[in-house]
Amino acid sequence: MSSVALEVRDLVKSFALDGATINAVDGVSFQVNSGEFVALVGPSGSGKTTMLSILAALLTPTTGQVLIDGQDLAQMNEKKRVKLRREKIGFTFQSNNLIPYLTARENVEFMLRLNNKLDRAGRIRSDELLARLGLSDRLHNLPAQMSGGQQQRVAIARALIHNPAVVLADEPTASLDTERAFQVVETFAHLIHENDRAGIMVTHDLRMCQFVDRVLQMQDGKLVRVYESKQEILELAQGVLKH
Amino acid sequence: MKNFFLATYLAVKEVIRNRGRFLLVALVIALITLLVLFIAALGEGLANGNRQYVANLDAQLIVFLEKSDYSISASRLETNTVKAVRRVEGVEDAGPVYTSTTEIVSLPESLKVSMLGAEAGKPGMPSIIDGRDFRGGEAREAVMDRNVALRSDLKIGDTIQIRSTQGTDDKFFDLVIVGMVDGQSYFFQPTIFVPAATWEKIRPQSEAELNSDTPYPNIIAVKLTDPAQLDVMATRLVDEVSNIEIADLATTINNIPGYSAQQGTVQTQGVFTLLIGILVIGGFFQIQILQKVPQIGVLKAIGSSNGVVGLSAVIQIIVVTALGVGIGGGLTYLFSLGFPPTIPLVFNGSRSLIAVALLLGIGPLGGMVSIIYAVRIEPLKALRLG
Repeated sequence: MSSVALEVRDLVKSFALDGATINAVDGVSFQVNSGEFVALVGPSGSGKTTMLSILAALLTPTTGQVLIDGQDLAQMNEKKRVKLRREKIGFTFQSNNLIPYLTARENVEFMLRLNNKLDRAGRIRSDELLARLGLSDRLHNLPAQMSGGQQQRVAIARALIHNPAVVLADEPTASLDTERAFQVVETFAHLIHENDRAGIMVTHDLRMCQFVDRVLQMQDGKLVRVYESKQEILELAQGVLKH
Repeated sequence: MKNFFLATYLAVKEVIRNRGRFLLVALVIALITLLVLFIAALGEGLANGNRQYVANLDAQLIVFLEKSDYSISASRLETNTVKAVRRVEGVEDAGPVYTSTTEIVSLPESLKVSMLGAEAGKPGMPSIIDGRDFRGGEAREAVMDRNVALRSDLKIGDTIQIRSTQGTDDKFFDLVIVGMVDGQSYFFQPTIFVPAATWEKIRPQSEAELNSDTPYPNIIAVKLTDPAQLDVMATRLVDEVSNIEIADLATTINNIPGYSAQQGTVQTQGVFTLLIGILVIGGFFQIQILQKVPQIGVLKAIGSSNGVVGLSAVIQIIVVTALGVGIGGGLTYLFSLGFPPTIPLVFNGSRSLIAVALLLGIGPLGGMVSIIYAVRIEPLKALRLG
């Protein structure tokens, strides 16, 4: 039975701009279970990246709560938030994802190094994960020697290798062509389900939603709609529903 | 400790994978090292050329004529002052020193030397490393500094001819080299030592001085029974001997004409070269950190602490600086092998060691701004919000 990996309660994030207060995130609540892959969509300025930054413990909310694996981010100091990011969260970013002077294998293993878990078993698991992602022949390549899609797949392996509770992806397909983008997100979804992790992907590309279990739609900082049925999600992905 | 290993891992991997870029910076540091070490060696060499004789004296205090402002050339003491100084309680021994310059003309290429008069076995006359001391009286014998031998191929037993202008005439005198001393340059010139009476006969003299046979010492080197009683003895000497002033060796050296100004100039050059080094290294690492902002953001976002990021930058700077200083030190050594003894370069001085220590320090100092900047980069830079 799946458990709640991430819980957001009445979250508000305000910024002061030219004397006025703007709520980039405005009273948002939701949960994501282990083994569930969720997409966070919405137009530019809807607050999805701010939301992702708060979920990643990179920004502190103005009010409200975020619980990751039962731990309340509001109760943590910076040192504990760094530890939480290291142990409980996996990341993939839009670009500049990998450390450029580490090979594909070293980039993945780096998460294990950070968590003091790099042993023989960890190395084998790292190689197996990269093999699952079709990168067996790229283990010793530096990021600059790989395509954008290959780099994103390495980033996915890095995000999953240390068995985090939550995996966060910020526009993981933004720099990929359509075919590569579908491959990457499909693989990502498989691994999220297979490893029983909670995955949240911020994307502006609704076609990618076909691989997720739920879609959270944001607008003006608010959660305006949740797509839960497979049919709704597919229609959204195929552009039938109005976004 | 875990942070240290992680930081070292990141720093070393980056240096190895970008070795061309880092080697280029190390070479720039090597060139700065070469320059700084040569300036330090030149400073040491020039300082030695100027002060070596005084610095190596087997004495603790120097007696000058009163109001001579501790200037050796301006000081001319009475002949009986030496005896008066020797009688003061606490003085183990004292020796007069007579200074002038002359030219050895019997060589294929004439060599200018400092000619110092001294008493064999007394303070003021250095220890003989080869041969023997000259005899007293008006013996036409000389002891040469090893630097004279290096520049002229003269050997013990050789006879040299010196030229001195006395009155309006050039006079030539023959001296037999009977012994050798080491490290006795004075006033930028290698030195020959002669007996006091001989010195008076053969030194350059003005028309007015020609009628006198009495040598007047410029200074008296005083060896104390208890070297720790420097201040007490200086006061006692001034109280008990008339018309004198007393200085220790450091004061005497600093009052050698041109010494302070010359050393100040050389040191200023060295300091400015180090400052240039700090700016070059600082600039390089600052540009590098600016290029790496998103990458550092990612490192922090995935859970690397500020300690790891900062320490990694420090280790990288230290590795590159140490490599540069190592290459520079090696190059300096290779170049130094090709320099003739006439160029006053001394690499074994404390200045070279201080220069190396300072050079190793300029990396972290120059990179400090970039290190602080790296530590302050927000992990949000990994996301578009940054």
